[in-house]
Amino acid sequence: MNAPTEFRYISKKRRVKEDRRFITGRGRYAADYKLPGMLHVAMVSSPFACADIKSINADAALAMPGVHYVLTGEELAANINPLLSGLDLPEVKRLPLANGRARYAGEWVAAVVADTRHIAEDAAELVEIDYDMLDFVIDPEEAIKPEAPVVHPEKGDNIFFDKTWVWGDVEGDFKRAPHSLSLRARWSRCSTVPIETFAVTASWDDGREMLDVWASIQMPKYPEQIARALRLPVSSVNVHFDVDVGGSYGLKRGIRQTVIVSYLTRKLRRPVRFIEDRLENMAGGEMHGPDRIFDMEVAYDDDGIMHSLKITATDDCGCYPGRAPLQLGKPVSAIVGPYRIGSAQYHARSVSTNKTSQEAVRGFGQAPTNFAIETVVDRIARELGMEREEIRRRNLIRSDEFPWRIPSGSEYDSGDYHAVLDKLMEAAGWDALIKKRDELRTEGKLAGLGLSTCLEPSGGNSSFEPLFNPKNDTTTWMESCLIKVDMLGGISAMMGTSTSGQGHETLLSVSIGEVLERDPDSIRAIHSESVTALPSNSPVGSRMAIMLGGAAAGAARKIKAQLIAIAAHNFQLPEDRLVYEGGDVYVEGDPDRRLKWEQLVDIAHRQYHNMPLGSEPGLQAQHTWEVPTGGAMPAADGTVQMYPCYAFEAHIPLVSIDPGTGQVEIHDYFIGHDCGTVINPDIVRGMTFGGIAHGIGAALYEKFQYDESGQLQAGTFMDYLLPSAHEIPSVGMVKHFTPSPLTEFGQKGSGESGYLGAPAAIAGAVNDALAPLGKSIETLPMRVRDIEALLNG
Amino acid sequence: MSTHTVKLTVNGKSCEGEAEARMTLVDFLRDVLELTGTHIGCEHGVCGACSVILDGKPVRSCLIYAVMADGHEITTVEGLEGSDGSLSPLQDAFWENHAMQCGYCTPGMLIASHHLLQENPSPSEEEIREAIGGNLCRCTGYQQIVEAVQMAAEKMKGGAA
Repeated sequence: MNAPTEFRYISKKRRVKEDRRFITGRGRYAADYKLPGMLHVAMVSSPFACADIKSINADAALAMPGVHYVLTGEELAANINPLLSGLDLPEVKRLPLANGRARYAGEWVAAVVADTRHIAEDAAELVEIDYDMLDFVIDPEEAIKPEAPVVHPEKGDNIFFDKTWVWGDVEGDFKRAPHSLSLRARWSRCSTVPIETFAVTASWDDGREMLDVWASIQMPKYPEQIARALRLPVSSVNVHFDVDVGGSYGLKRGIRQTVIVSYLTRKLRRPVRFIEDRLENMAGGEMHGPDRIFDMEVAYDDDGIMHSLKITATDDCGCYPGRAPLQLGKPVSAIVGPYRIGSAQYHARSVSTNKTSQEAVRGFGQAPTNFAIETVVDRIARELGMEREEIRRRNLIRSDEFPWRIPSGSEYDSGDYHAVLDKLMEAAGWDALIKKRDELRTEGKLAGLGLSTCLEPSGGNSSFEPLFNPKNDTTTWMESCLIKVDMLGGISAMMGTSTSGQGHETLLSVSIGEVLERDPDSIRAIHSESVTALPSNSPVGSRMAIMLGGAAAGAARKIKAQLIAIAAHNFQLPEDRLVYEGGDVYVEGDPDRRLKWEQLVDIAHRQYHNMPLGSEPGLQAQHTWEVPTGGAMPAADGTVQMYPCYAFEAHIPLVSIDPGTGQVEIHDYFIGHDCGTVINPDIVRGMTFGGIAHGIGAALYEKFQYDESGQLQAGTFMDYLLPSAHEIPSVGMVKHFTPSPLTEFGQKGSGESGYLGAPAAIAGAVNDALAPLGKSIETLPMRVRDIEALLNG
Repeated sequence: MSTHTVKLTVNGKSCEGEAEARMTLVDFLRDVLELTGTHIGCEHGVCGACSVILDGKPVRSCLIYAVMADGHEITTVEGLEGSDGSLSPLQDAFWENHAMQCGYCTPGMLIASHHLLQENPSPSEEEIREAIGGNLCRCTGYQQIVEAVQMAAEKMKGGAA
C-alpha cells in the first residue's frame, strides 16, 4: 500500500509548530522559570550502598549565611503519604528522602534550602550524618538467594514480584517439537538520559490555597500524585503543563523531587526550586531503566518454525517499586514478537537490590524483550544453518491473518510484515551488503550484518496494572481535547499534558485541521494548566498520535456537527441536504446558497435568535475517549488485550569490528517501518532516527555500572557514554503504510520506534561478525572492552 | 566569596553584571543577563548544550567563569536572528528539516553549526558531524541536524552568488 493520498493535511510535509520557539532560544524549560524570592535546593546523598542513619546534625549548615532550612527524611515522612507503588507491597514505603535507612549509594538523605544553589551545595557539605554501614546486595541473582541481605527488611525478602503465566500448550509444544534450545541474554541497566535533568519549581500561595508547579514532567496522574502525597485536594495543585520538557522518552517522573519542593514551599512560604545536577540525576534521581536477565527457551522444527517460547525475565528493579516492575508487564502485549508462535510461558520476576530505582524508559520493557526474542531467532538460524531473513519470513504473521491473537491474549490490529521486509531488503541492497561485509572481512576486519524484526505496541493502556496488582482495577486510559472557536473564528485546542519533543501541538492542529478542513497553521494548540485540564494520561506508551489525535478529531467532529446544525436551522433544510466545505456549509447542488465559516461562528456567538432552539451558545466541544480495545480486566489465566495498535519495524545494520581493539564501527544502517498512517513525516523520521541512536547506545555504550562496594561508576558523561554524531550513522528509511482499523486516521504509534529493534539488530550484526571465530556475545552493552576481552582472551 | 563586575559584549550589545568569582559564564548569561536560550546539560563540558561563541570560537560556557569573559565578545542563540527578528538561513533550515524534537540541545547545535558555516561554507557530511560531534542530542539521532546544516550551506551559497 502506498501513502494514502485522500488526506488534506495528514501525512503531508509541514513544519513542526513547536520548532520555532526552539530555534530562536525561546523555549521555556523548567529552569527558565524564575519567581521572586525563590529558594534553591541541593541534596545530601548517602555515600553507602546500605546504611542506617543514626543522626543528622545540620547546625553548621544552618549557621551558614543564606541557608534557610535542612529537611530530613524523618520530618518529610511524618508529614506526607508514601508515594505510589506499581505493586501491592504495602510494607515497602517509597519516600522522597531516606528515612532511618539509606538503601543505595546516592540516595537523598536530606535537602538543603538556600538563597542560591551555590550556597545550598556548600551547606550540604556541612551536614553531618552518622551512618551505620549494613550489608547490601548488588547482583539480582544474589539478591534472590535466601541468605542475601534484604533491602527492605519489612518485606522479608528481595522479591518484589514473581509470577509465571502459561498461555497455550507450552509443555506439549516443547514435547512435540524436534528441537529446542536455550540461551541467556542480558540487557544491562541503562536509561534515556535526557540532556535536561529533572527540574521543578513549586510555589504555595496561602491566599489562593494553591500549589503552583512548574516541572519537566512526563507522567500520568502527576497532579493527583502530588495531591495525595501532600494531603491536598487535587484542585489545590496546579501543574503548568506549558513548560517545555528537555527530553524524557518516558523517564521524567520526578514525583520525589516534586514532593520535596512542594513540602518545602508550604513550610517556608517561599517558592522553592530544585534542578538536579548531573550527578544527582544519575545517582539519586531514580531514573535508571530496565536491568534484565533473560533465560530463553524455544521449541522449533527442522524448517525453523517456532512453536513455543519460554521466557524467564529477572529484572533488577533497584531499591523501590515505583512503576519499574510494570515494565515487565507491558511486554506481555507482544510476548511472541511478530511471530506465529502458538504458545508461550512467561516468568516475570522483579528483584530489589541496593541500587537507585528504575523508572519508565522508552518502550516500557519492550526493547529488552525484543532483543531477547531476536537473539533466540538468530540462534535458531545459526543452529539450522538457515538465513536469518528466511527464518523470519517463515515465522512472521502473514498479512491475511490479521487481526491476529497471540497466546497472551492481545490481538494485533493490522500489518504486512513481509511487505516491509521485502521493501527493506530491496532498499538496503541485501546482496550488496553481504558483498561489502565479505570485502571488509578480506581486509582483515571482522564484519557482520544484523537483522531484526519487531513490534512497537502502541496506544497505551493500563492492562499491566491489574495483571501485576490484583488490587488495582484500573482499566480506564483516556485522553481528551477541548476545542474553542472564538467569536472571530479562531480555533484553539487544549490538551492536558506537557510535551517533551513529540510535537503534540502539531498533532492537534493537523488532526483538527483535517476534520474541520481548516489550515493547521491557523489553529493554536495550548497546554492547559492542570486545574482546568480535561483528563489525560500523558504521552506514555506511544499513545499520543492515536489518543490525542483521536480526541482532537472527536472534538472537531462535534464542532463540525454544531456548524451543520446551525446552517440547517438557518436554511430550514434537513442536515443531509447540506455540504460542509472548509468551514462553510452550503446547500447540496447549490454552492451559492452558503453560510461561510465567519457567518456560522458569528451566529453561534452573537445571534441567539438564529440558533437552533435550545442550543448551547458559543462554539466549543470536548472529547474524551477510552483507548480502543481497552476497558477490560485480565482473565484468570492472565490473558488480556493490552495495547491496541502494533507498529512494525525491521532493521539492517552493517558493522565491522577492529580485531585489535574491539571497536565497533557502523557502516550502513537501514530500517523498514510501518506505523500506519503518518501524521507528520518529519516527526516520524526524527523519532525513528533518534530511537535508533538510543538503541545503538544501549547496544554498544551505555551502562550504569556499579562496583562491588555498591558505588555507581557511571555518574557523569565521561563514564556513562552517550553516542555522538560520530558513532551514529546516516540511516536509510523505507516506509510502508498499513492503517490501523482502530484509529481515527489509521495511525499507530511511533514514539518508541527505532529503539525497539536497534539493540537486537546491532547485537545480531556483532554476532555475525564474531561467527567466523565461533564466538558470540549475548550481553548488552557490547562495549569495546567486552569485545576486546572476548577476542583476545 | 568575592564579587566582580563583568563587562562584556553579548550579541552585539554591551552588557554588565555582578558575578561571584565562581559563577560560570552560563549561569551569568542565564541568571544575570536573563538570556535563557543557552542551556545547561552536564556542567562538566561534555554535552555541549551550553555552547556559545566567544571571540569567534565555540566554547562550553559551563567550563568558563563569568569573570574570564570580562571584556570579550559572546554570541548566544539569541544573537542568531537578524535585527528585524528574521530567522537566519541556518535557523530556517533547522525548522524546515525538523532538526530537533525537545529543543534542549538545539541552541548548542545551532551555535556549533553556525560557527562551522562561517569557517567552511561547503562542509561535507563528515565535516558537519565533526563540528557537532561535541554536542549531544538524545532525540534526533543527528540525521536531520546534518540535513539542516547541508541545506543551510546550500541556501547561503545561493544567497551569496
